[in-house]
Amino acid sequence: MCSRSRSSLLLAACLLVTSCQREKRDVRPSPTRLAIYGDAAKESALRPGGPINPQRAVTNPYNSSGYDISEGQRLYNWYNCVGCHANGGGVIGPPLIKQQWIYGGEPANIFDTIVKGRPNGMPAWGDRIPEYQIWQIVTYVRSMNGQQPTSATPTRPDTMETNPQNLRNRVGGATK
Amino acid sequence: MNWVGRAAKLALLAALAAAVAFGATDVQSAVNPIGPQSGKIANLWWFFFWLLGAIYIVVMIAALWTLTRPNRGFGQEPLEHTHQLSPETDRRTSRVVAGATITTIVILFVLIVASVGTGKGLSELGEQKNSLTIQVMGIQWWWQVMYQTSDSSIAVTTANEIHIPVGRPVQLRLLSNDVIHSFWVPNLHGKTDLIPSRVNTQWIQADKPGVYRGQCAEFCGLQHAHMIIYVVAESPDKFKAWYDRQLQPAAAPSDPVMQRGQQVFMNNACVYCHQIRGTDAAGQNGPDLTHFGSRLGIAANTVPNTPGNLGGWIADPQSTKPGNHMATIALNSADMHPLINYLESLK
Repeated sequence: MCSRSRSSLLLAACLLVTSCQREKRDVRPSPTRLAIYGDAAKESALRPGGPINPQRAVTNPYNSSGYDISEGQRLYNWYNCVGCHANGGGVIGPPLIKQQWIYGGEPANIFDTIVKGRPNGMPAWGDRIPEYQIWQIVTYVRSMNGQQPTSATPTRPDTMETNPQNLRNRVGGATK
Repeated sequence: MNWVGRAAKLALLAALAAAVAFGATDVQSAVNPIGPQSGKIANLWWFFFWLLGAIYIVVMIAALWTLTRPNRGFGQEPLEHTHQLSPETDRRTSRVVAGATITTIVILFVLIVASVGTGKGLSELGEQKNSLTIQVMGIQWWWQVMYQTSDSSIAVTTANEIHIPVGRPVQLRLLSNDVIHSFWVPNLHGKTDLIPSRVNTQWIQADKPGVYRGQCAEFCGLQHAHMIIYVVAESPDKFKAWYDRQLQPAAAPSDPVMQRGQQVFMNNACVYCHQIRGTDAAGQNGPDLTHFGSRLGIAANTVPNTPGNLGGWIADPQSTKPGNHMATIALNSADMHPLINYLESLK
């Protein structure tokens, strides 16, 4: 074999190796609480008695991770979010696939909503569900309206889709 | 020849070693049948083994013989100035090839007839009277077991172990609620897949009491290898006693430590996924724990059911079984001890 074809083969092999990177799965998350419970997001600058704690920046550790989106989806059903919010369309609770948020749509806002609950029906889950699972649910909820990159969201639904048109319209894990 | 004899002896020894190796794990072995179904399968297996083993030995002896026989035939018998075989050699070669082909076809037919006959015999063992019906659901990565009766008030739900009375035919209704799994307890029957939105059935019967081990036999995700089920075959009386015990709701804890343990269970994420009949815990995502203390293993029998293993499992489920769906909960040690005591008391 001539040296040029050998080196081009080597180059191709190297390219193949770089393309084989797999998304890292955090299958052993720490159960400890990192975020300040129920104080992840700031809804108002007004506080009685003036500011007490400096606002801590809270970021979603599971942003744009395909594995955690699917875990979030599983937990969304397991913890019965589906009972009130349906599969994002909302029944008893408000819909989650619209870009309208009553209490803010940033990850920290949704985290707070789940942790401390909201008036008129949303229960507080902070004492019951481990924090890493709340973040996974946050990631999934945001993926419902296309706020997660398409590289992390499934291109097709888990359920049987009878209308092929719906599959074509799917972008970012939610129907457009 | 001496070395041919030695080779034959070696082959026999290898066969014997294989038989011993199979026999050593006889709680999960297809060659240690304990019921009519697995008996038929084992017969078929041994028939294949001896027939194909004999063929292997004949072929090896023939190959060795051709290597050692004196050099004659093709090299010495071409016709003058041609590369053709002599008519006599040609006839002889054709006869050998035709004979070997016909023998092969006949043997393959014999194997097909034996195999189809066994399949037919197995299907005739289905649909029996006085049978017990048990639904087995494959879930990533454990087994849900529900005894089905016409009266739903005497239906029992448990997980990861099936108790059956000896000598009574049992119909297993196999289904899945996520991906395809496969139910395989080799001492009782062959494999049957559990397929989402479809019910497959398998008939089993144990004629000898004992604990038989089975595993998921269709790759189903991260913890496929740790999806173990035990079939506990016991005398009808013992089975009846076990069943009546399972029907009872969990007894209310009397001891203050146990009461604390129950409180810990109810106040944490445990309650969303596990059911303990007789309490407020009614979760359906994980195994029913009403009689957890009487079970053989934890985490689909990944580890034996001991207080130490249970503590390790609750504190860090992802180290016992990475990727499983049990939540990692931050419990402090003062809560852990009562919780373990409470769960182990659920006999």
